[in-house]
Amino acid sequence: MHGEYRVALRNNRLGLWLFFLSESFLFMGILVSRFYLWGNTRPELNQLNGLLVTTVLLLSSFTMNRAETALVQNDRKTFLNCLLLTVALGTLFLAGVVVFEWGGHIRPSDGAYGAVLFGMTGMHALHVVSGIVFILIVWNNGRRGLYSSEQHWGVEACAIWWHYVDLVWVFFYPALYLMGQAVH
Amino acid sequence: MRTFFKLGFVRGLLGQVLGTLFGMGLVTGTRAALGYDPLWAAEPAWVIGGLLGTLGFMIGVGALTDWAKWAIGVETPMHHGAPAGQPEWTRYFAVDLSHKVIGVQYTVWGIMVLLVGGFLATLFRVELLQPGMQYFTTDRYNTLISAHGIIMISAILLGVGGMINYLVPLMIGASDMAFPRLNAFGFWINVPASLLLITAMFVGGWDTGWTAYPPNSLRTALGGPLFFLGFYTIGISSIVGGLNLLVTVFTMRPPSMNLFRMPIFVWAAVGTSVLQLLATQLVGLAMLMLIVERSLHMGFFTPVLNEAAIALNSPPGDPVLFQHLFWFYSHPAVYVFVLPGLGIISELLPVFARKPLFGYKWIALSSIGIAFLGFLVWAHHMFTSGMSNYLRLPFMYATLIIAVPTGVKFFSWLGTLWGGKLTYPTPMLFVLGAISVFLLGGLTGPPAATITTDLYLHDSYWVVGHFHQTFFGGFMFPFFAAMYYWFPKVTGRKYNEALGKLHFWLMLPSFWVMSLGQIWAGLLGMRRRIADYDPALGVQNIQVWITIAAFVIALSILIGLYNFIVSARSAEVAESNPWRSRSPEWQIPSPIPEHSFAMPLAVVGEPYDYGLPGSVYVRMAPAGAGD
Repeated sequence: MHGEYRVALRNNRLGLWLFFLSESFLFMGILVSRFYLWGNTRPELNQLNGLLVTTVLLLSSFTMNRAETALVQNDRKTFLNCLLLTVALGTLFLAGVVVFEWGGHIRPSDGAYGAVLFGMTGMHALHVVSGIVFILIVWNNGRRGLYSSEQHWGVEACAIWWHYVDLVWVFFYPALYLMGQAVH
Repeated sequence: MRTFFKLGFVRGLLGQVLGTLFGMGLVTGTRAALGYDPLWAAEPAWVIGGLLGTLGFMIGVGALTDWAKWAIGVETPMHHGAPAGQPEWTRYFAVDLSHKVIGVQYTVWGIMVLLVGGFLATLFRVELLQPGMQYFTTDRYNTLISAHGIIMISAILLGVGGMINYLVPLMIGASDMAFPRLNAFGFWINVPASLLLITAMFVGGWDTGWTAYPPNSLRTALGGPLFFLGFYTIGISSIVGGLNLLVTVFTMRPPSMNLFRMPIFVWAAVGTSVLQLLATQLVGLAMLMLIVERSLHMGFFTPVLNEAAIALNSPPGDPVLFQHLFWFYSHPAVYVFVLPGLGIISELLPVFARKPLFGYKWIALSSIGIAFLGFLVWAHHMFTSGMSNYLRLPFMYATLIIAVPTGVKFFSWLGTLWGGKLTYPTPMLFVLGAISVFLLGGLTGPPAATITTDLYLHDSYWVVGHFHQTFFGGFMFPFFAAMYYWFPKVTGRKYNEALGKLHFWLMLPSFWVMSLGQIWAGLLGMRRRIADYDPALGVQNIQVWITIAAFVIALSILIGLYNFIVSARSAEVAESNPWRSRSPEWQIPSPIPEHSFAMPLAVVGEPYDYGLPGSVYVRMAPAGAGD
């Protein structure tokens, strides 16, 4: 690898991981608010919907990983297709949250239940949207052949960003759907 | 005229105006489409307008251009110097990637914001000269003190950014920061943020103080949400600035400079950056929650339930949650402000004492210790908030423990001074002044950290006195020390020593009078953030003294700025190393050329072995030589 690229890659990696650390404090703050306000209770939510969107999002992490691995092995077709598949799954997740969860019986103005539910899903959805935009940018540049199997920091950053957003949901899902007594 | 409209700064301002108008139009248009009446809703219009205005500034100034090009796959090589066909001075008014330009931009903008904040202080100090209301309504007074707080905080963050951005890459022999574009972004986002804060004063103001506690902040006038948005935007700058600095220090040192051979200021910058990177997210979150609670009625902080919420059996919101989120950043923020200043003190003392720095490793680790402990003490601001009682004692002890690493710094400074060959040019005077003032802050802190006494001191002028001491001792005095000390390096010229000494001898005694007056008024029962006071308290004489002292401080700072401006334009040329410093930045010409180091740096000795014959810290090595 080119020396300058190697230096930039080392800086970029450290920078991105530090940004994850910083973002973790944001999401920890949100989780703390959830436990502070909801305590050992949770509102009644559509369990099937929660399970489905979670499954979809976890699957999208798998397709994202497939895309990156395919690029490393110079399989451009799989690389591009898996990126689009990830976008589709991400959009499906968003639809599940926005249409079914936000369209349910709870409104944002409904006390701490409404505020925290919409705050958590909203902040996470914002990150999912940023991830989808990022993937589309990478897909467009990948289509034009700007990434090689050795030099593809853009793809790597996009992939770990997507995994990170998924990981946040892994903490958010139980905090919203599983922990505490459901209140009717 | 053509040059004027080509300046990034001017284009940014234009972008901010257009973005704000576009955002307001967007909100009004959406309301029209949805058939809402009335069409004009001031708060959403200003919030969306403020948000898009900030974006408009960043697009207009050009801070996002390179990233937009990357997104469509266009390479953007690093460029150095002024844009083609433009004079050199235009670099300072546009996006420039050199950390030396960005450092100066941070510092100059910081001083301008400082002047605004100081001006507000002089206004409300006049009001406090006598009991009763003379010049302002109580609302206007509340806006003034609130704006003074947050504007000074943004000024301090800018000053910290200026010192760190200019000095750290030079001190570790790096060519620049790790992410030059992010660096420029981190500076420029402060400009629309400052303008938001200033606008907030003119669209109704707000009366919450800089702490924005709900429920008051949920009901305050329209200035409130603009202030939250400005605060949030400043936070973005802190996060990306801290991230950039940490990557720079960890990856861009020469291989021969191990962690314990870095200049001591770099350690302080690392401590500050860790806090900026991690803690700022929480205050950003708190500000966002306030904005959505006001505009979407999401009840995070309101303990009252509406009927739908009662039907859901929902628990209520809680205003104390806000205080936890807020202070989780805003206490560490104090260390963001003071750690670089304390680093400047440690950096300059050995130079003017001509002795090794006493206990280098201890000072270095005390900065990290303060940063770490800083995360564990936030609730000492909340002893009277009604939070759970069992939380009080652990937070009291954690707070008192902070005195240990701070004490380490103090004794190391004394050890460095002891038996030194002291000289007293202006920077050294400011360093010694900083130590005396920070000592006052250190002595007035523990009574406020101890629960029993804090129950009486809370929200009194004692607290006002205490934090002005820590900010002046930890930031203002060291900042001016740094300004005078590095002035010959940045400008290549000498400042006027007599005016510098006048600045110091006006500022130090008047600051003592001001802050000790505040402490005394607090003990007599004067409450903070109150526009009026009962003559029977017996604090009016003290208020007069505080006001006079505040005006003398303002005068002294103006004298200092006059000195800097006049000296930079016309004073005689300075030598490249007038202080006989061993630090890398003094081993290269002044002003520093575009590419700071013609040859890579090699560290061959200890950084602070002043007075030891034959010892060398750094050597300029031809590329490829040594390790």
